[in-house]
Amino acid sequence: MPLRLLLLWAALFLTVQAHALTAEEARALALGETDTRVEALNKAAVSADDKTVAFIQALSDDAVKTSGSQVFIVKDDKAFDPVTGAEKPLPADAEDVINPNLMRSELDNALAALKLLSGDAKLRAEAIKTLAGESDEARLPLIEKAWAAETVPALKSQLELMRAAILLGSSDKAKRLEAAALLSASKNPATKTVLIERLSSEPDADVKVALKAALAKVESSLVWGDRLGAIFSGISLGSILLLVALGLAITYGLMGVINMAHGELMMIGAYATYVVQGLFQKYLPGAFDWYLLAAVPVAFMASALVGAALERGVIRFLYGRPLETLLATWGISLMLQQAVRSIFGAQNVGVENPVWMSGGVQVLGNLSLPYNRLVIIGFAVAVLLGMAFLISKTRLGLFVRGVTQNRPIASCMGVNTARIDTYAFALGSGIAGLAGCALSQVGNVGPDLGQGYIVDAFMVVVLGGVGQLAGTVYAALGLGILNKFLEGWVGAVLAKIAVLVFIIIFIQKRPQGIFAMKGRSAEA
Amino acid sequence: MNSQAINPLEGAQTSAAPADSPAVPSSTPPGEGAQPPAVVLPAKGPLLTRTGWSAFVVALIVVCAVAPALNLWVPEGSPLHMSTYAVALLGKIMCYAIAALAMDLIWGYTGILSLGHGVFFALGGYTMGMYLMRQIGADGNYKSNLPDFMVFLDWKTLPWHWTFSDSFAATLFLIVAVPALVAFVFGYFAFRSRIKGVYFSIITQAMTFAAMLLFFRNETGFGGNNGFTDFKRILDIPIATPSMRMTLFVMTGLTLLGFFLFAKWLVGSKFGRVLQAIRDAETRVMFSGYSPLGYKLTIWVISAVMCAVAGALYVPQVGIINPGEMSPANSIEIAIWAAVGGRASLIGPIVGAFIVNGAKSWLTVAYPEFWLYFLGALFIGVTLFLPNGVVGLVKKLRKGSEQ
Repeated sequence: MPLRLLLLWAALFLTVQAHALTAEEARALALGETDTRVEALNKAAVSADDKTVAFIQALSDDAVKTSGSQVFIVKDDKAFDPVTGAEKPLPADAEDVINPNLMRSELDNALAALKLLSGDAKLRAEAIKTLAGESDEARLPLIEKAWAAETVPALKSQLELMRAAILLGSSDKAKRLEAAALLSASKNPATKTVLIERLSSEPDADVKVALKAALAKVESSLVWGDRLGAIFSGISLGSILLLVALGLAITYGLMGVINMAHGELMMIGAYATYVVQGLFQKYLPGAFDWYLLAAVPVAFMASALVGAALERGVIRFLYGRPLETLLATWGISLMLQQAVRSIFGAQNVGVENPVWMSGGVQVLGNLSLPYNRLVIIGFAVAVLLGMAFLISKTRLGLFVRGVTQNRPIASCMGVNTARIDTYAFALGSGIAGLAGCALSQVGNVGPDLGQGYIVDAFMVVVLGGVGQLAGTVYAALGLGILNKFLEGWVGAVLAKIAVLVFIIIFIQKRPQGIFAMKGRSAEA
Repeated sequence: MNSQAINPLEGAQTSAAPADSPAVPSSTPPGEGAQPPAVVLPAKGPLLTRTGWSAFVVALIVVCAVAPALNLWVPEGSPLHMSTYAVALLGKIMCYAIAALAMDLIWGYTGILSLGHGVFFALGGYTMGMYLMRQIGADGNYKSNLPDFMVFLDWKTLPWHWTFSDSFAATLFLIVAVPALVAFVFGYFAFRSRIKGVYFSIITQAMTFAAMLLFFRNETGFGGNNGFTDFKRILDIPIATPSMRMTLFVMTGLTLLGFFLFAKWLVGSKFGRVLQAIRDAETRVMFSGYSPLGYKLTIWVISAVMCAVAGALYVPQVGIINPGEMSPANSIEIAIWAAVGGRASLIGPIVGAFIVNGAKSWLTVAYPEFWLYFLGALFIGVTLFLPNGVVGLVKKLRKGSEQ
């Protein structure tokens, strides 16, 4: 911070004809009613020199004391005069200056506004961000000054917007009209709210027309961002559903085992990620950013092992009895949940994003794609491709398909069907673990992590149809996008209900899902 | 996909006909002098055996006379006194037993596993709850004629679906009608497109999940996630008095016994036989000229209504209803009560409900950590080792000792 302040002061020396802080100003800033202090602050900020900045900073840091009409900056237990900078003895009756919330936010804004004049483009960008919602006319001169001095085009246009937003609140009709024209070029969602707000309180008819025109323009330039945003979050949700459902597509779609503990296998994957994170924090803090790379195989193995144990221990004895399998695996899921609660506690645990996954790409004014979502979409695609390869090209995949299609014949051909069952179930469980690892990066990790997704996942598999992967992919993406679009319309809960109702109706029409396996069985 | 493979012979109850035998309908077109039908149907057994009737009468006496006497007239210090806690607990479990009985009719006898019976239970409960909320009158926290949560949400009038909630008679009617309608619509579409087996289970689970989300919303008008609570009166009589509690207890017991007799009669009738035939070989039933749709739909609606009645009796005794009752976990638990006791026997689900919930109320107090382990193990153990539940085990042991 000190370095930044230094820079700030240096910049101020160069760009502003400084007007030195006077004792009256200091008093006005520190003493009296909040309203008059705010007024004084706005006045002082327009023509601030380094001393004024230091004083405002001190006010904001609660480092100012007053005694009678004397004002002091206190630093390291020593008191200084804010005007001369000389050290002074602090009177015994000195009191802290109390800043109410209003004053505090004004101080922050004033500091940010002063940063607008800094020589460092980064500092200026930061300041613009802080001031984005500002509409106080008193700040106009400062912003205009900064606007005139600004050299970076992107920042300049942002300042222009800010200026227009403030002008919009002006009492001068011509200025408001000018502002409306300026704002119509904006591609920022915040502009829309500013315009709508002003429109509701605008008394003048001419300005109203101009405002409406500006609003229409802004909306039309925003609409694409909104649409793309909805599609992106739909794809993002779809990719998560896909990861969750891919494991089910193997255990349920190929093997016909209803695994209600699938969500808990995901939870195990997420907790495995948490454990790996903890190990990295403790033993390899230097490589912490790459803990996810280690967590992926660990999550896969952890869930796969648990899955294999389940298959050998319980599910094996229930083949051909799907309803019993459902109940038994539900029991397993309860036990796994309680086990995690006993080991890690009932609270959610924190899993951090590595640095390279935080942040995002800004595509349009109102559309930014977070990296963690992008990574998960990529991850889902990779898992899908890996699985498609495994099932269609490898020996294990061949055996799995053979056993699913005709168990006795596969057995006659020398396939150890029992072992293939275990492998296939472990594979499906491992993919659940991968899904859990991915989920730990976007949501909470807690004992009931799996419960929230299990209904959705089954819906995906049921909708997609049993027996192949393509249906699962289409169903996951379709449900994800449908869900997000409905969310924009009717809100999250109703969207979810609508999707469930849609699936229930869809199943009426096509009981075997989008892609049905063709066959001649009477039981189809 | 085959319907579940529960052991058809062991599963069938006392009726002499093995359920797997081709169920030739007695109502085939009259032969008009042609050969008489080759298959003679076995004579219908009595509703209950002698021991059965005596046990039933004993249960009736216990519920109607012994329990009230022990609770109301035996002084509190006496070891024979039945505490209020015990009355509340047993009353609650009897409600669960009714739900389990309903589940048994649809799952044990028709082979359709519903994971959405919690919805019907909660619908009955909510309908009763609405009436009880109106009975609070202006005695709520806000001293308003509207229920507290509506005042809190700043609503000025009752929403439309509360129109009849102040009449007890209408409430009784709606307790039956609303779940019946929901079940009919859902069942009609599901059975018509021949959704069965696991598909049906998953779809019912989706239904209960969707209903839960719907009831969690404040705008739905059912009190959001707090649901209804703080009931004061029923039929203008204070609800928390010992005599009112006992009345509800007796009502629940009588309903349970009544439903038991009804179910016994139902499964022994021709209708019940067809249900069991559908369970064991639906395709064959269809090929024999029956349309399973009507049968399945009827038993589905009956089962839903029984569940709703259980819910309506449950709410005044427990004093709260919230959307948690519709969580998928709750519905699955109903299935495990039936499974533990023994499917396809009518006494089984009742026994199961008492065993599981007795264990629950003891374990969640004594060892709260272990309750879920126990429940989970129960799910696994029963499906792996006790396909016919406790009742099946007892039968087996008895057979073993006779030989």
